[in-house]
Amino acid sequence: MASPRIIVVGGGLAGLAAVIKIAEAGGTVDLFSIVPVKRSHSVCAQGGINAAKNLKGEGDTTAQHFDDTIYGGDFLANQTPVKAMCEAAPAIIDLLDRMGVPFNRTPEGLLDFRRFGGTLYHRTAFAGATTGQQLLYALDEQVRRYEADGKVKKYEGWEFLSAVLDSKGVARGITALNLRTMELRSFPADAIIVATGGIGAIFGKSTNSVVCTGSAQSAIYQQGAYYANGELVQVHPTAIPGEDKLRLMSESARGEGGRVWVPRTAGDKRPVKQIPEAERFYFLEEWYPKYGNLVPRDVATRAIFKVVYENGLGIDGQPMVYLDLSHIDRATLDRKLGGILEIYEKFVGDDPHEVPMKIFPGMHYTMGGLWIDFDQMTNIPGIFAAGECEYQYHGANRLGANSLVSCIYGGFIAGPNALAYAKSLPAAEGDGGHAAELARQAEINTRLTTSEGTENPFRLWRELGSTMTEHATVIRYNKGLKKADEKIVELLDRYRNINLSDRSQWANTSFAFARQLKNMLELSRVVAQGALLRDESRGAHYKPDFPDRNDEKFLKTTKASFTSDAAGPRFEYEEVDTQFIKPRPRRYDATK
Amino acid sequence: MANKTVQFEIKRQASPDAPAVWESFELEWRPGMNVISAMMEIAANPTTADGRETTPITYDSNCLEEICGSCAMRINGKARMACSALVDNLEQPIKVEPLSKFPLVRDLQVDRSVLFDNLMAVKAWVPVDGTYDLGPGPRVFPQQQEANYPLSNCISCCCCMEVCPQFNDDTGFVGAATIAQVKLFNNHPTGKVFKEDRLRALAGDGGIQECGFAQNCVEVCPKQLPLTEAISDVSREVILQKAKDFLRG
Repeated sequence: MASPRIIVVGGGLAGLAAVIKIAEAGGTVDLFSIVPVKRSHSVCAQGGINAAKNLKGEGDTTAQHFDDTIYGGDFLANQTPVKAMCEAAPAIIDLLDRMGVPFNRTPEGLLDFRRFGGTLYHRTAFAGATTGQQLLYALDEQVRRYEADGKVKKYEGWEFLSAVLDSKGVARGITALNLRTMELRSFPADAIIVATGGIGAIFGKSTNSVVCTGSAQSAIYQQGAYYANGELVQVHPTAIPGEDKLRLMSESARGEGGRVWVPRTAGDKRPVKQIPEAERFYFLEEWYPKYGNLVPRDVATRAIFKVVYENGLGIDGQPMVYLDLSHIDRATLDRKLGGILEIYEKFVGDDPHEVPMKIFPGMHYTMGGLWIDFDQMTNIPGIFAAGECEYQYHGANRLGANSLVSCIYGGFIAGPNALAYAKSLPAAEGDGGHAAELARQAEINTRLTTSEGTENPFRLWRELGSTMTEHATVIRYNKGLKKADEKIVELLDRYRNINLSDRSQWANTSFAFARQLKNMLELSRVVAQGALLRDESRGAHYKPDFPDRNDEKFLKTTKASFTSDAAGPRFEYEEVDTQFIKPRPRRYDATK
Repeated sequence: MANKTVQFEIKRQASPDAPAVWESFELEWRPGMNVISAMMEIAANPTTADGRETTPITYDSNCLEEICGSCAMRINGKARMACSALVDNLEQPIKVEPLSKFPLVRDLQVDRSVLFDNLMAVKAWVPVDGTYDLGPGPRVFPQQQEANYPLSNCISCCCCMEVCPQFNDDTGFVGAATIAQVKLFNNHPTGKVFKEDRLRALAGDGGIQECGFAQNCVEVCPKQLPLTEAISDVSREVILQKAKDFLRG
């Protein structure tokens, strides 16, 4: 095929990285995004991006980065792609540097690096505490350049609804909804790259952006794609609880010397600055002397839960602990962490230069996602995935500052592979399934807009979020997970009785949300049931009733496939590629 | 503390051609409440203060931590981000309206794509040779990084354009945000290869000479970009460029 058509869905780092590679290779891309791509959730990443550049004389290597990533992920990640990612990371940093990302610098004008969780090396390049924003802008600018050349056409304000599959189950395009005109349309493509980010919304409040519903990946899962390791969800130890969302307080705060503590005495009434050093419980430093405040996120989160719920030492009896930067000089803080300190001050009202911040863990990241092969293709021919929406790089727990590198790397792999696939794709028979898929989507839309029920979609969503947060985050019990699944089934049932308070055909946000909600509910079952079945503790997945890792039974990738049965998804398990590093016990209280 | 409530007046408009109407809402006060969480509450219970059923409000939002630039609107007359507009700091009833200088879509949602068009017109990018491994970028000293980083923090919210008296259909002024990006890319060791093109793009009608130095932009910017400084610097460069081009004939 002379000039294949590629559709990229999602304009965050992974999507834009894929677009750039395709355009550079001479291909043309239709880029779909709910929001203008410059407003994608990647802007929220704060702390930095990992690459073993070894610019601090520590003897860091890509092999060490690889080992930290595999060990941090509790050996659940396939090692071949992770190894390749870690090896590619230094060149990715160089590229971003050439694109003009304003990385922090050393006095000599070289890239500066800081430490992050789960490693003993300074491996994280950063642009203040707004690294994701700066990286996204750099890629956005390059894509705008290709847009000016006519190689990229943006469809911003269009929401992906489904893939168009031909009679052989091969992807031939997508259907999408124009969020302004509410027009439903199908778009032809020879390959599709899905880069639609995380699924935070199924937990109600999380650190994710509003668009991170997982709706697109759920739709594809319901069309036959495997969803892998859905039960592996990262709860970030340090977030600011809020009414509308949980705002992230970057791990870089600890990377730059921030210390987590609570008063040793429960209910200590003294003003925080008057509590003497000896009466402060720096529990991470005491429990994990080697890594201290920079243990991986799952470890830090569980430690905070223990201190708050088992030891009863939360600040003022509340589920909160201190994250303290007030011992670090103001100029250093402003230079390296300005962005996040501003967030705290604006949203909480206290100045973190002066007083410790009050934080608590919040749902943050999904290690699981669409199953892909080592070429980033799902099991549906022609559908590729990259970024947080796929499962490949982080195993059972992601290390801080590895997400940005996995997004860009995944996009860089998916882009050229999608192009190569598309070039060799035989022409579709008939219309490639477009008319049938459009009709299916139109019917779903009609059903929604004419439903005369009583259920408000936003209220159903709140119930989903509180159930998922209660039962399927930090500490999991099989009884609770069963309850969560039953609740989801109840919500799916009530969903049939939905009532859109807005039935207009113009910029109708209730309608778009109701469509997302159905997909969120289906995906929630994958998370809850996947967690129920994994009777062990590994990385972020922790069951007090099964406190140990069980490699014999569960050193396996969970693969869920959609069924229309009442029982929900069907599960199967796949061997993990562990050919380079033999699994060993993961212990951060000792040297690994 | 029981039953403490918050009053909102929200400007509604069903479509660009529909008449604008104000709706009042009375919501239960909650600690840390912001304008976005109020609108989420309205979506879950779409009823006005006088008990009439209504529709959820259409508005742009995404990150809710003032970094994506989506939720700019006018709150009590001031252009700002709704996510960082904490109810406790606002006089009630809290009046919420869409930005006024951009085409209205519905309710509080407007079309700000003009900024992205402007960024394309001034080639706001660094023209790298390719994405393959070409080694590190140019050396940049911390002093330069610290000068450029604030300019790179622009979230494209368009508040600076909303409050600018010169940003209107008559002048076609590009607005402060785009000018700041011209300064950013002209400062970059590789980006400056397009310096002359960018300055020329700001030299004609709607260009930098439209600025009336009202300085509203720098006051309203939620990310405190040094906008007036950028406008002065780029303005000087544009004049020099015009002179050069004139002499070159």
